[in-house]
Amino acid sequence: MEFIYEFGKILLATCRDVLPIIILISGFQFFVLRQPIPHLRRLIVGGVYVVLGLALFLIGLEKALFPLGNIMATQLSDPAFIYGPGEIVTQADWKAYGWIYLFAAMIGFATTIAEPSLIAIAFKANEVSAGTIKQWGLRITVAIGVAFGISLGTFRIVTGTPLYLYILAGYMIVIVQTIFAPKNIIALAYDSGGVTTSTVTVPLVAALGLGLSATVPGRNPALDGFGLIAFASLFPIIAVMGYAQLMQWYSQRKTKYMEKKNAF
Amino acid sequence: MIISIVLKKIKNAFTDLLPIFLVISFFQIFVLKQPLPQMGEVLFGALLVVTGLSLFVQGLEMGLFPIGESMAHALARKGSIFWLLCFAFALGFSTTVAEPALIAVAWEAAEIASQGGLIDTSRESLSKYAFGLRMSVAFSVGLAILIGVMRILRGWPIHYLIISGYVVVMLMTFIAPKEIIGIAYDAGGVTTSTITVPLVAALGVGLASSIRGRSPLVDGFGLIAFASLLPMIFVMGYGLIIF
Repeated sequence: MEFIYEFGKILLATCRDVLPIIILISGFQFFVLRQPIPHLRRLIVGGVYVVLGLALFLIGLEKALFPLGNIMATQLSDPAFIYGPGEIVTQADWKAYGWIYLFAAMIGFATTIAEPSLIAIAFKANEVSAGTIKQWGLRITVAIGVAFGISLGTFRIVTGTPLYLYILAGYMIVIVQTIFAPKNIIALAYDSGGVTTSTVTVPLVAALGLGLSATVPGRNPALDGFGLIAFASLFPIIAVMGYAQLMQWYSQRKTKYMEKKNAF
Repeated sequence: MIISIVLKKIKNAFTDLLPIFLVISFFQIFVLKQPLPQMGEVLFGALLVVTGLSLFVQGLEMGLFPIGESMAHALARKGSIFWLLCFAFALGFSTTVAEPALIAVAWEAAEIASQGGLIDTSRESLSKYAFGLRMSVAFSVGLAILIGVMRILRGWPIHYLIISGYVVVMLMTFIAPKEIIGIAYDAGGVTTSTITVPLVAALGVGLASSIRGRSPLVDGFGLIAFASLLPMIFVMGYGLIIF
């Protein structure tokens, strides 16, 4: 009974998310375009699937994964687990947090693979590029970027170094890469930064950041707990452009090799 | 026939979620050395997640992508830039202003600002601050989609716009109050919800493919990039103006 109540609440919240879109689209169709919506029945069925699917997805996550993820984040960052029971720690030692970095990287990778908006973008990119951009290739590359970003973000929280230094350095790398990367990948790479952080990643990652900054000695959750999401949306850009550059370099080397071979 | 399609969708959703299960069980069993708590509830939740994701992906192909693209085509055929830009702004603004993640972040930001002594600790000034922050983020997302659509229409190269945006972010980081920087950086990530992303992507790709001389791959993407860059600038700007 309680479950049905909760499900209803989440379903209602999802409907409220969709409401402005429905109002906007129907308003434009009737008042500006003044024409009926094509394939209306199919669209409505699709819309119902989206709302229902998202609500099921969210309640499943809330029931099963988030509590578990939160418990694990607190357990792993617990000083008793990291330094051994009974030790009193006043100064954080960044080398002691190995499991945290690994957990951050793996949970970042895993949640990004399951992120519905990234699935949508990968689907579109595959369709638009006529199959040259593989769905799984893009998703895994982005997930590696997120994994690295979040891992580095937890390192930052442990060491307490200022956030903006990392972000500025990341921007520098993005700018330099933009100059050299193949032109047709750039827009997609920029986009993949924004899509990685939504339904699945944000709650888990935020819990990790706040839990970690609350337990690491000398950190203030209000100042150090934020910023993981920024890391998670910066590094995928670098990863996607890096992958495209690698592929370009590889294919150029191959052509050069073939040319050389043909010259002889 | 239908059963095999459904099975395929469920299998895909299962593959998407497999890494999460692996990571959690690995840490639970080998690192923390504890059994999984409430096994039954977790399995039930996992079943819901798999079903939900398969339904969502199916609905994406049937509903969200086609409506986004057909709106883009219809607006491009109508040939009125004014209405197209109106649509772009309204789409960005209306989907962001009620976004639950944004509401949560705005409240947290208000609390931090009051702790830092930047605003009053009264409930009224907190909610005023949070409301202002939400409005500036929603406005910036609307503006971002509008600029992104302008870019597709005019064919401006995306990297000049994004890089100048980065430069502005860097410069503002130095002058903005330090309490707001972390939130500003995070605000960029939380604005784009799961329903907005497919719709905006379909809008961009549909628009780029209905204008001659634009490539859907080079010009169609990039709207989301603007939508995650501009909020950072606006939130820091908001912090500068208020304090």
